[in-house]
Amino acid sequence: MSDEQNVTGGQRNITGETGVMPPDTRLDVEDPPEAIPGPKAKRHIGRYVLVVLMCFLLLLPFVPLIFWSISHRWFFPTIIPDELSDRAWSYILSDRSGVVEGLLNSLVIAILVAVLAAAIGLSGGRALGLYRFRGKRIVELVLLAPVIVPAIAVSMGIQVMFIRYGLADTIPGVVLVHLIPTIPYVVLVLGAVFANYDTSYEEQARVLGANPLRVFLHVTFPAVLPGLIVAAFFAFLISWSEYIMTLLIGGGIVVTLPLLLFDFVGSDPSVAAALSLFFIAPAIVLMVLTSRYLSGDQSAVGGIGRA
Amino acid sequence: MSVTVELVELTKIYKGTTDPSVDGISMTIEKGQLVAMLGPSGCGKTTTMKMLAGLLDPTAGDVRFDGESVIDIPAEKRQVAMVFQKPLLFPHMSIGDNVAFGLRMRGVDKKTRKKRVSEMMELVRLPGMEERRPGQLSGGQEQRISLARALITEPEILLLDEPLSQLDANLRIEMRDLIRQIQAELGITSVFVTHDQEEAVMLADRIALMLAGRIQQDGLPQDFYEQPATQAVARFFGTKNFVPGTVSGMSFESVLGTLQLGHEHPAGEGLLVIRQEAIEIGPGENSFEATVQRTMYLGTHVRVWATAGDVELQFTVPPGVRHEGEQTITLRLPMAQTWVIPVEDRIL
Repeated sequence: MSDEQNVTGGQRNITGETGVMPPDTRLDVEDPPEAIPGPKAKRHIGRYVLVVLMCFLLLLPFVPLIFWSISHRWFFPTIIPDELSDRAWSYILSDRSGVVEGLLNSLVIAILVAVLAAAIGLSGGRALGLYRFRGKRIVELVLLAPVIVPAIAVSMGIQVMFIRYGLADTIPGVVLVHLIPTIPYVVLVLGAVFANYDTSYEEQARVLGANPLRVFLHVTFPAVLPGLIVAAFFAFLISWSEYIMTLLIGGGIVVTLPLLLFDFVGSDPSVAAALSLFFIAPAIVLMVLTSRYLSGDQSAVGGIGRA
Repeated sequence: MSVTVELVELTKIYKGTTDPSVDGISMTIEKGQLVAMLGPSGCGKTTTMKMLAGLLDPTAGDVRFDGESVIDIPAEKRQVAMVFQKPLLFPHMSIGDNVAFGLRMRGVDKKTRKKRVSEMMELVRLPGMEERRPGQLSGGQEQRISLARALITEPEILLLDEPLSQLDANLRIEMRDLIRQIQAELGITSVFVTHDQEEAVMLADRIALMLAGRIQQDGLPQDFYEQPATQAVARFFGTKNFVPGTVSGMSFESVLGTLQLGHEHPAGEGLLVIRQEAIEIGPGENSFEATVQRTMYLGTHVRVWATAGDVELQFTVPPGVRHEGEQTITLRLPMAQTWVIPVEDRIL
């Protein structure tokens, strides 16, 4: 095995091709060429059908939304709206709808929540994943509590506290309250990452002359980055779609997209549909950007393993 | 470039435990020497190593480089390089960047780094592999890269924590020879941790055998075979025959009769240590009678199980010798091969 690698390495140097060959391309080379159609081709068709079916199922709910958002009137037996209109779209894109402000608020809050939650998850996940300490079970239970206890039950109490400290009706207040439901997820994701993490890499970096900060920057951070991205993504999405807590703590002054959306659900389905599409877009963009960390080689639990 | 390393009453008691993992170890490692720290797993050798590297704070005691205490110097400033059991190549960096890591941490410029990396790759016999990724090399190659990465900063001390234990037999020999060669070439003070006594004997200038957190014996490789300090040491080096008896002057009284000793030992009770290959067949000096129980042909030699009085003996003889069934034969133990140890540590 090692001899063979030596040979291929040498050839590459002679022909002057630039260096790195990713491991997966190597495997492809070893596969026989797909000249003969056979069971393999059939399997490909099967997979193709499955992908199309999944796309169809995932995208189908959006079709009525699109129709609603551009319809003037759309009544029962017709499949396509009778009359089209750009009313809903021109409304939500206009200044008086407050959509731009809501979008900015949602983005600022969700990004802050994602960054803070990731930072908390990094330390909490490390503690839970790597160390054994007294009361660990209790800490885990407390961390999970926000998933079990309904948000509305605690929000009332928090609101009273936040009014006292001047955090009610402010963006920092909303960010803080959004951290409550996000922390369990980030800590659990990063706890799993650290449970599979080998601290010998950090010791190795130390003896090679890296101080603790540089060990974190050059070794720990790159190793847990995929997991960190996934955790931050969860936190972003939870914050992005949070309604009750934003309403109670933001007091109607901090207006985010879900708040705007709720106003129109029931009263104006066209505007609600257009807003919904607007609301979903960032989530889909983020999902596409981070998808490689959600599964496969680069997944959250990969990286520096204990194997 | 290299220094003398002193461990002074070095002790480590881990939090939550009462028994020390390392129990007051003292030893001196001379400049440029390669010392093997030998012992079974869990005897405290890796803990000692980590205290030397600065990765663990000792509970008590001192570590001195050239007579100066380094106890307050953090790991990254100690000029100690360490190679671990696993290669631990950083997976997100190329091989070249891995090797250059230490220089990068010291702020060495890119051009010098590149030059030094290619020198190190030559040294570990893997030239031109800088652009590869970890995972594209074999286990042995990765361990050699790990060695190159440790040596690139020209450390004063090289610590090797069982670097061969995860390699297969052939690679192990190759890597062992490479380490010995490079160590001699650079003249760097080195400590090699291992649980394999053969590895220790072949590699080291000196061996420190650690059992249960203490150094049992510290000396030249042959001392461990010929003059073990305790029964535990002798057992660790494969000796199976211990005959209780009494030393008086230069002779030893036991069920084997009176044997002449080749070395001076304190008078009184003692255990005669007989290595498997020390016993010869036939009459002569220090001869005694034994009954053969069974034999086993092993190609290069024959193993014989025999009893003498209530003592069981196990020894090896040249392959030409055959014995059928139970029979009484005459054996001898050359005077030079005798060694007596104190009895008190029989529990170990």
